[in-house]
Amino acid sequence: MRNLTAARAAEMIRFTYLFFLAGKSAWNRRGTLLLVVLSIALSTTLLLGLERVRTQVRESFVQAVSGVDLVVGARGGDMQLMLYAVFHLGGATNNMSWKSALSIAARPDVAWSVPISLGDSHNGYPVVGTSADFFTRYRFRGGRELQLAQGGSFSDLFDVVTGSEVAKKHGYVPGSRIILSHGNSGAQLARHEDKPFVVSGVLRPTGTPVDRSLYISLEAMEAIHLNWQGGAPIRGLEIRPDQVRKFNLEPKSITALLVGMKSRSRVFALQQDIRNWKEEALTGVMPGVAMDQIWRLVSTGEQALFLVSGLVIFTGLAGLASAILAGLGERRRELAILRSAGARPLDILILLACEGFLLLCAGMACGLLLLVLLLLALGPTLADSYGIALHVSPPGTGELLLLGGIAAAGFLTCLIPAWRAYRLSLADGLTAST
Amino acid sequence: MVRAEPRLSSEEAAPPAVSLRAVSFAWPGQENPVLHIPELTIKAGERLFIFGPSGSGKSTLLGLLSGVLTASEGEVSVQGTALHKLGGAARDRFRGDHVGVIFQQFNLVPYLSILENVLIPCRFSARRAARAARQAGSAALAARNLLECLDLRAELWERRVAHLSVGQQQRVAAARALIGGPELLIADEPTSSLDADRRRDFLRLLLRECENSGSTLIFVSHDQGLAAEFSSAANFEELNRRAGR
Repeated sequence: MRNLTAARAAEMIRFTYLFFLAGKSAWNRRGTLLLVVLSIALSTTLLLGLERVRTQVRESFVQAVSGVDLVVGARGGDMQLMLYAVFHLGGATNNMSWKSALSIAARPDVAWSVPISLGDSHNGYPVVGTSADFFTRYRFRGGRELQLAQGGSFSDLFDVVTGSEVAKKHGYVPGSRIILSHGNSGAQLARHEDKPFVVSGVLRPTGTPVDRSLYISLEAMEAIHLNWQGGAPIRGLEIRPDQVRKFNLEPKSITALLVGMKSRSRVFALQQDIRNWKEEALTGVMPGVAMDQIWRLVSTGEQALFLVSGLVIFTGLAGLASAILAGLGERRRELAILRSAGARPLDILILLACEGFLLLCAGMACGLLLLVLLLLALGPTLADSYGIALHVSPPGTGELLLLGGIAAAGFLTCLIPAWRAYRLSLADGLTAST
Repeated sequence: MVRAEPRLSSEEAAPPAVSLRAVSFAWPGQENPVLHIPELTIKAGERLFIFGPSGSGKSTLLGLLSGVLTASEGEVSVQGTALHKLGGAARDRFRGDHVGVIFQQFNLVPYLSILENVLIPCRFSARRAARAARQAGSAALAARNLLECLDLRAELWERRVAHLSVGQQQRVAAARALIGGPELLIADEPTSSLDADRRRDFLRLLLRECENSGSTLIFVSHDQGLAAEFSSAANFEELNRRAGR
């Protein structure tokens, strides 16, 4: 028993020594090996950085709307409804009646509701008719609220609040006058020239579709369409902006209704009731599930990116193996010396594997450091202009898996030169030619 | 002393340092053995000079004695241990514990200091480390003592190996082979890269240190002129009776 422990202790001492030798040897050839470490560092940074960006982009996508328990609209595709309600994309084929919206809003289990009405655009950006509640109720990425960078919410009928990207592109500030176009084709054939809007506020960047949208009140939406029918102004009928207030501006229909519940557990009951709505065919979609589905549709490119960075890692590891293999020739002498002093071929294998693994770890550590520096340097800019929040934070599960994957693949790669050295030292014995 | 009678040594109390019987060795995949030694016994404590031309298989013999190579046939015993019966790891361990080796040249690990180079055997063999510590108090002190005895001044010890002359390098190699007092010292043409004066100096130091540690020395060279310094000498070509010759 004591012999066994002593033998194990001796093995430990031997392993420590081999590790020391590996470190010394690598340091001795640091000039050549620096490039290898650098290439592993860069591929680690690339892979982890990509993973970081990917999860963040996914998060900002899937959580483009949060705090909304149910999105209600005319029955059709669930995903289509989400595209209207969240991304303000596409022309709604069916609307839901304002009456239904009002009765849903009046339910005792509903805490709040915000209408969404689509149809118009401005220079290709969607114009959304909604209520002022939108700015206080809308949440994104884990409960963040919308904030106004400049100005305020609607106070007059023809006020418009713009998303950050829209304002940046066209240089809008509170007070700018803009003309909306009818429809969302981008072709400015039918413009609401007779009723110009005034920018009342500009939102801060969110990294969500809000940045690319303009918001007006439902009443304004109604007002600009008073003298319109079937997508064109009614010939001969002209209603001046100052006259519209005399009309009933209550909408007849909206595209979708965002609903927040008092208690989340009631979502299913409401969803059930909406499915059985008597007056019209409605549907209620829980955003999380539907957003996941949409993400899976749009994220095929991410796999290609992943493949590419996997190949970059492969290149880095191949470089590591070949650098050690290339050095082996001139080190046969040194290995023979160690053998003559009692080193087993297995020790030679361990020595070379340790050396490779040290380089791998150094590379990965440098890669992580580089990533942290990049996050610190670029994080604020990215957050401001794209709303992608890249923080320096401890690695997540995905990143740990990636690091583990690199380490495992790297270790296997290191075994190639180690095995070669093992074979060489068996064959060479003490008579390694110089 | 090279004995023709194999059984004589068994009458002595201590086992011979080396005993070979009907040993032949062929490289893998080759039919003809490069080495065939019917009989070789070397007494413990002997200083044996083996001479023979380059490429005659002298290094192969040393490989067999150090347990790096295994005989295709026959029995190889060192210090009473039958190496041909041991597995690879056990032979490596035996070498680390009992055998010191000096090569012709490039004897040192380039990225280690001189002191670290001398200490290599103590890192692989606990027995060598323990013996060195018993002699001098610690393995490092034993290494310093040896380096001093071999005329390597203290200011060189931490220096890089590349800055040493060939003669100095060979003396460091001798210190490494001698540390922890291995019973058998194997030297494979250690002087052939030295000039005549340094050759003699190195040889005297080596023989003196072998005397001090009581190690058996097997010194192989193609330079017959060195034979006079040794207690006995043998012609390798007489030892080696390869098949077909």
